[in-house]
Amino acid sequence: MTTKPEMTAADIAKAVTGGKLSALDATEAALARITQHDTILNSFTDVTADRARAKARAIDADIAAGKTVGPLAGVPFAVKNLFDVAGLSTRAGSKINRDRAPATRDATLIERMEAAGAVLVGALNMGEYAYDFTGENVHDGPSRNPHDTTRMSGGSSGGSGSAVGGALVPIALGSDTNGSIRVPSSFCGIFGLKPTYGRLSRARSFPFVASLDHLGPFARSVTDLALAYDAMQGPDADDAACTTTRGLEPTTPLLANPVSDLRIGIAGGYFQQNLFPEAVEAVSRVAKALGATRVVEVPEAARARAAAYVITTTEGASLHLDRLRKRPNDFDPAVRDRLIAGAMVPAPLVDRAQKFRRWYRAQLAEIFKSVDVLIAPATPCTAPKLGQVNFNLGGVELPVRANIGIHTQPISFIGLPVVAVPVPLEPLPIGVQIIAAPWREDIALRVAYALEKMGVAAVPSPRGF
Amino acid sequence: MAEPLDDYIDAVTKALALPVEEAWRSSIRANLEVSLRLARLVDEFALPDETEPAPIFTV
Repeated sequence: MTTKPEMTAADIAKAVTGGKLSALDATEAALARITQHDTILNSFTDVTADRARAKARAIDADIAAGKTVGPLAGVPFAVKNLFDVAGLSTRAGSKINRDRAPATRDATLIERMEAAGAVLVGALNMGEYAYDFTGENVHDGPSRNPHDTTRMSGGSSGGSGSAVGGALVPIALGSDTNGSIRVPSSFCGIFGLKPTYGRLSRARSFPFVASLDHLGPFARSVTDLALAYDAMQGPDADDAACTTTRGLEPTTPLLANPVSDLRIGIAGGYFQQNLFPEAVEAVSRVAKALGATRVVEVPEAARARAAAYVITTTEGASLHLDRLRKRPNDFDPAVRDRLIAGAMVPAPLVDRAQKFRRWYRAQLAEIFKSVDVLIAPATPCTAPKLGQVNFNLGGVELPVRANIGIHTQPISFIGLPVVAVPVPLEPLPIGVQIIAAPWREDIALRVAYALEKMGVAAVPSPRGF
Repeated sequence: MAEPLDDYIDAVTKALALPVEEAWRSSIRANLEVSLRLARLVDEFALPDETEPAPIFTV
């Protein structure tokens, strides 16, 4: 059996486990696709071919010996280059971090993916220090959109979106502080899961904003997304924010449960403004498919976005303060200047933002007493052109870079779980956020699965290269 | 004549020992203006004195 470029992780694992495909052949096929296409997509910064082959051979040996292998046996995957990969310097999209010593141990989530049988094939391009929504990188060049390589992948997990959207790998991992999983999912037309804050361990990944950072998977099907998510759950003493109170809560067995009993609302007000027509169309299609008609006002979402912005720029400045002093010319100037400005925001304003956060969380908790799911746009538009500086949003000319995430920021601000589902509009796909109450990733994934089965959410074949 | 925000940028640059070059100044100022405008939006929202911050958000 040979692999097809768009073969799902579930199908690869089934074929490998059943002896119809070797893990090594699945790995070689992914490596060949990367060699063939990544000169255009520019999604990978490191290809760990030797390591991948060794891991694949070990899986094949286990199968030959009759041993049980995991649910992701032989599935190639890659990670945003802010995850520690043993033997590589964790660059986090920067020039400066390339001087760090190579990591001595993999990030927890890589260890868990590999324990489930997945095979790491490399590390992925990203916006510098994750302070980005475009997928552009001044040091490594932009990761490109697999549906039109003159357009942005979205960021900051741009390489993750590009590699999965381009079918180089079926699964990638990324991070999301203000939208960095959901934005590339939207632009690249794939599924992405930003779990509840504290659900998945961030141990041995390079941080950005500690109180907003999440890690999560990207995939070309909801089943693959759930398989990866389930493989990565569990407490971890190496991440202070990782939950110790929730046990393993597998979602894969629940995906096909009906959604007819769920109360689904459409986020109103702020979330219905500043949208291009394609974003309105995508939300409308999803709402119609789910029979959702109730519009739910999310109070003070604009202020929530503002508070997330303030916390991000100030916590980010704090993280990088010493690098700003010692190596300011080695930053992307746009990132450097934002971080320096962040260092100048007076402390009482940051405290106010954190206090507002608790107030806003209480409002959303109240909303989730009467709905199970909220639908909202993931991005205001489809993928802009690479290098595009401004767009016209709601009649106002605004910078693209800072405003792509205006609909994702008020959600991650309070850590709610979200699945970004791709709506395959022409000529470019666009994502919709399926938002659930804290710790209810299972519900968001069930709704995404239902939309996938209805054909309303689907991953387009890459055609940009 | 320097505007108050320029004076503020000068003062914080010195206080934090940040090596700000003149060529970066307009970009830093533009970014700071956006941050302060958004922070003001949050600042204007009245909260009870007892409100606890959520620096590490758990749900």
